[in-house]
Amino acid sequence: MEKIELEAHHQLAEYNSRRLFLRQCTLGIGGVALSSLMGCGGKEAGSPPLTAGVAAHSALTSALHHAPHARRVIYLHMAGAPSQLETFDYKPDLARLHGQNCPPSLLAGKRFAFIQGTPKMLGPQASFAQYGESRAWVSDHLPHFSSVVDEVAFLRAVHTEEFNHAPAQLLMHTGSPRLGRPSMGSWLTYGLGSVNENLPGFIVLTSGGRQPSAGKKLWSSGFLPSIEQGVQCRTEGDPILYLSDPDGVSRELRGRSIATINRLNEQQYQEVGDPETLTRIRQYEMAFKMQVSVPEVMDISKEPAYIHALYGTEPGRSSFANNCLLARRLAEADVRFIQLYDWGWDMHGTSRDTGLREGLQDKCREIDQPMAALLQDLKQRGLLEDTLVVWGGEFGRTPMQENRGGTTNPFLGRDHHGEAFTMWMAGGGIRGGASYGQTDAIGYAGLAERTHVHDVQATILNRMGIDHERLTFPFQGRNFRLTDVSGEVVQKILS
Amino acid sequence: MKAFYPLLFACLWCASCQEAARVSFNAEVRPIFNAKCVGCHGGVKQAGELGLIFRTHAMAAIVPGKPGASELIRRVRHDDPDMRMPFDKPALSEAEIQTLERWIDQGAEWEEHWAYLPQRVAAPQSPVPGSGNAIDAYVADRLAAYAISPAPAAPPAVLLRRLSLDLTGLPPTPEEVEAFVQDPGEAAYRAAVDRYLASPRYGEHRAAGWLDLARYADSRGYERDRPRTIWPYRDWVIRAFNADLPFDTFTIEQLAGDLLPDPTREQLIATAFHRNTPSNGEGGTSNEEYRTVSVLDRVNTTWEVWQGTSMACVQCHSHPYDPIEHEDYYNAYAIFNNTADHDHVWERPAVSIPSAALQRKVDSLEQWVNVHGDEAQRNEWRRALETREPVIRPYHFKHVVGGVFTDRADEDFLVLRDGNSLVLPARELDDVEALHLNSRDQAPYVLEVRLDDSSGTVVGTYANEDFSWERVKVIALEPVHGTHELFIKIRGRGGPDEQLASIYSFYPQPRLPGVAAPGYAEVREYIRTLATARDSLQVPILSENPPGLRRTTHLFERGNWLVHGKEMTGGVPEILPDLDIEGSPTRLDFARWLVSPDNPLTARVAVNRIWGELFGRGIVSTPEDFGSQGSPPSHPELLDWLAVQFRTELGWSTKQLIRLIVLSNTYRQSSVPRQEVAEIDPYNNLLAHGPRGRLTAEEIRDQMLAVTGLLSPKMYGPGVMPPQPDGLWDHIPYSDIKWETSTGEDRYRRAVYTYLRRSVIHPSMTTFDGSTREICLSQRTETNTPLQALASLNDPAFSEGMHKLAADLLAETRDPATAIDRLHRRMLYRPVRAGEREALLDLYHTALREYGGHQEEALFLVVNVLFNLDEFLTKS
Repeated sequence: MEKIELEAHHQLAEYNSRRLFLRQCTLGIGGVALSSLMGCGGKEAGSPPLTAGVAAHSALTSALHHAPHARRVIYLHMAGAPSQLETFDYKPDLARLHGQNCPPSLLAGKRFAFIQGTPKMLGPQASFAQYGESRAWVSDHLPHFSSVVDEVAFLRAVHTEEFNHAPAQLLMHTGSPRLGRPSMGSWLTYGLGSVNENLPGFIVLTSGGRQPSAGKKLWSSGFLPSIEQGVQCRTEGDPILYLSDPDGVSRELRGRSIATINRLNEQQYQEVGDPETLTRIRQYEMAFKMQVSVPEVMDISKEPAYIHALYGTEPGRSSFANNCLLARRLAEADVRFIQLYDWGWDMHGTSRDTGLREGLQDKCREIDQPMAALLQDLKQRGLLEDTLVVWGGEFGRTPMQENRGGTTNPFLGRDHHGEAFTMWMAGGGIRGGASYGQTDAIGYAGLAERTHVHDVQATILNRMGIDHERLTFPFQGRNFRLTDVSGEVVQKILS
Repeated sequence: MKAFYPLLFACLWCASCQEAARVSFNAEVRPIFNAKCVGCHGGVKQAGELGLIFRTHAMAAIVPGKPGASELIRRVRHDDPDMRMPFDKPALSEAEIQTLERWIDQGAEWEEHWAYLPQRVAAPQSPVPGSGNAIDAYVADRLAAYAISPAPAAPPAVLLRRLSLDLTGLPPTPEEVEAFVQDPGEAAYRAAVDRYLASPRYGEHRAAGWLDLARYADSRGYERDRPRTIWPYRDWVIRAFNADLPFDTFTIEQLAGDLLPDPTREQLIATAFHRNTPSNGEGGTSNEEYRTVSVLDRVNTTWEVWQGTSMACVQCHSHPYDPIEHEDYYNAYAIFNNTADHDHVWERPAVSIPSAALQRKVDSLEQWVNVHGDEAQRNEWRRALETREPVIRPYHFKHVVGGVFTDRADEDFLVLRDGNSLVLPARELDDVEALHLNSRDQAPYVLEVRLDDSSGTVVGTYANEDFSWERVKVIALEPVHGTHELFIKIRGRGGPDEQLASIYSFYPQPRLPGVAAPGYAEVREYIRTLATARDSLQVPILSENPPGLRRTTHLFERGNWLVHGKEMTGGVPEILPDLDIEGSPTRLDFARWLVSPDNPLTARVAVNRIWGELFGRGIVSTPEDFGSQGSPPSHPELLDWLAVQFRTELGWSTKQLIRLIVLSNTYRQSSVPRQEVAEIDPYNNLLAHGPRGRLTAEEIRDQMLAVTGLLSPKMYGPGVMPPQPDGLWDHIPYSDIKWETSTGEDRYRRAVYTYLRRSVIHPSMTTFDGSTREICLSQRTETNTPLQALASLNDPAFSEGMHKLAADLLAETRDPATAIDRLHRRMLYRPVRAGEREALLDLYHTALREYGGHQEEALFLVVNVLFNLDEFLTKS
């Protein structure tokens, strides 16, 4: 705990220096968050007061609101929305109803993406058992994960209004189902700054062969300064765009050319005195360092064999397992927000790969071992105590079998469903073994302790030391925040 | 945009008011209310049923003339912490309380927020200088209060580069600069201003700014992010700026061009302004939900762009800070809620731009109707040929028996099986000659059209017995008189479960006049050809629903589109001038109201935006918000003078407005900050020096193309695809469209022509703070990041230009020192300085050694350095 408190003091001091930074430099608001990366060599200019009623920059004065329990987040998003009924939400009663017509009471006034007319109930397509001291139910699709359930707090009745992928993913990661808002990682780096000087503070890794439905918008900085954008590290080509020097430019020559740029810019600063020039000099220094640090951190080939065995990784491949190992490396390097997206969870039953039997089992097999390995590995390195790990999809699935266009799909599948699904959190400030939320006998609706998407976000921010109601940014004439106008911290899963 | 500095604004604002002994509500009282009270006693929360936004509400706690009897004063002075206001917050200062008391004592006169009051011209106190203009006098008034003198004029080369970048988005040519340095006189400057304003590059540059407001993109957004053919709108904007279309016309055509009498194709294309809203084609999405989202966006965008008003705040509740009520939002919504677009995959309604072959048929038909028809028929046929609207879609059908309605993602359609029927709403049928059925047919069927109901006369039949895949079918109708519903029934052969057809729409085709004239049959056949042809561009536009097909607008309770409140008929907030319309206002009425002389906001917001584009920040530094939470103007008299000039003397001419501003001495000042001024005014609110800031994303690319000689002057047309890193468009779900790098001159077009796909915008745009083009953006945030450094160091598109420049220079001279000097003259418009020459020569020789004497490679590295200089990336 001491480490965390020290860190809190450090961050507060940093915050104050960032406020000072704003006074010193005529930098744009972008510079506010940036300052944590680079400070400011500007001369003392006049110190304008930072108050007055007009569009006060609240992030500036209040981002770190309490001592944080986590320094960083690893967020594992299963794009397409996994079925809670075949993973964590055990519903034996649903098996008894299998094949019966869905009663009209469950359909009245509800909106579905594809179900039309009267669908049939569909029993769980997996077996379940209880594991760990917490006796958590886990399906037989996730054998490795069942060994680490005591690290994890389950949210069993998460709900969302959205029942289409892109809007629901946007809601989950930007707080709004519409395009244009900043993502959670952007809010966090905006509020807290980055810790590592040589890596971006918000890094995104994707697997499963496709981007998530809402694509790059899920790591957009929206109206926040563009420095807060999530940086997608790619496994093909440059890990970061434009990282490689032009053909024929050696590292040494690049070093000399940047030194020349900075020398001439320094001269420009002496003549003109625009502090923005000094900021530019720092950016070139940092770019030069990133050219080394990014490829280094992205290279898993030097990891020992037992680590590869633990995760099931193969260097050079693009996989969720590799991304989990990369996530640990990025966590070690103190990257603030590490976001993984894994495509392929949309089990409608229109083909084998989207069927609840083979398709879902394949996907579970891809994530089971690496996800358990990530928790174990973080723990054995002492990183789990200040790393918050989050797992979930953008919504859940119906207990009814999908009947697209009123006819039965060729494989067993479930439609999109936002009223109740499972997520879990682990690590920094989370009470392992906790379980919050109950769903009804068929996993259709939350009965008690429901958690809205905005509550999930409020909880993540809270663990990072931020009051979600106070991290705001003025845009289009009003103050925006990640959680819009709602959000309650889920106290019962906190340690 | 630089960070704002609110308190100084507040001081400036007060300075003009303190002369009066009376307490000013706007300058002194409202700021206290806004900062300390309206959080709980505003438009949203009205704790204790007290709100301080509207006078009528506030008077519940105020007795004018009697501070002692006013509850407001009693509570802010109360000793009991449970009673004292602000509750649970620090008390008001004694000075603040005394201000409130004096104000109440003086009669508690309420003033509306400055932006809602009429524009008022007040002459400046300072004299208008001999060179320069009235702008300088207004600026001098403020500077005098702080005893600051204006900065000296910028050096000629710096000034001309600034002017060229501001007016055309491109740097000047070295020759232009050289000539201007030789003769930097007033006449030469004015000639340069006029030359740049007349350049076609002017419109391209202005368009880049406007397209951020219009949220223009070449794709639709969300999951599949399909392409959208809307570049003719981008071209319309460029042409409009180049032709200097007056801002009032520019406004009316974009918001309501379709409602103008007999609109031209260009006026229809202008309405694509509001078809730039994202649309959601993901499987399973509700079309009505995303249509609603688009209309909400149109309301918010319109109010932000033309009124600087954060209307989005009142979507769910009354405005927390400004005198705008929840209902006002849905009155604004009602005005935009009757266009026919519906988040459908075909993106109709659209205006057709036919291929040349089809255009000949269109012309023949139009010619035919001109000769043989009356005026009503001419208008009707024009609309038919341009837009094929209005059509009757499944949600308009009545008395549907047996059909299954689907409204997810694709078009809305109605699946029909044997014996199913529907009724088309009543309409006048005298001038209807045929119904065009648009459907996806799945099995042979016969479709029968009867007058009025199932027992009416059969007036048309269509049989798809041979089963064709043709989408559009022409069903001839018997001549019918008067207004009728049409009953439509389908029969198949494969039994009750067989799906026969998915119906998208019926289009009532107008009667072709001139039946007896020779050539009738041939021209008539063109109708069918055009109805089924596919090789036309379809540009999405606004098209109003006709009277029989109009939607009713309801207030959304707490902003939830599924929970309808009372019916709304359209209107504007009470705080603003009346619309003065009998009945429900149309978009056209509303657009005309925006540009009427009485509207206090439009001209202010417009001139402020142009000012912001030139100076880096507006006179109101929050161009998106002129409400009480926005920044007050730094120079209110100047803002009003410019606004009145713009809409009267200058006849809404944007070019003349820009000309006026850049001819001021204020604009022409040096941008070098002065230490002694920076201490008083670090953000240049007082305009004591000229504008300074990093080039925009577009300018950075365009400048690179210009100085390397690669820039193509080609204008207009579909978006182009300059080089971008491989693989960026891969892995997008359900999308197989590819980035195909343009060849020839299309590789080197200005950034405004780069294909803009919302899900993957070209990284050179996003890295340098370009808009995401999803929602209206009034000003970009300027950042300075390591990713920008990597881009300008390493982007292969830039390297290509740098290599060309290095090679070109070596063709002129083999002497590196000379080459370096020329490089400076070409890119920075000045000779190389001593220290710079040594540093660059040093780098050059080091590189030359490493490259084994290869001069071009070594010089490339020098060029690369110059491209990354602060001086090159900054407008100074």
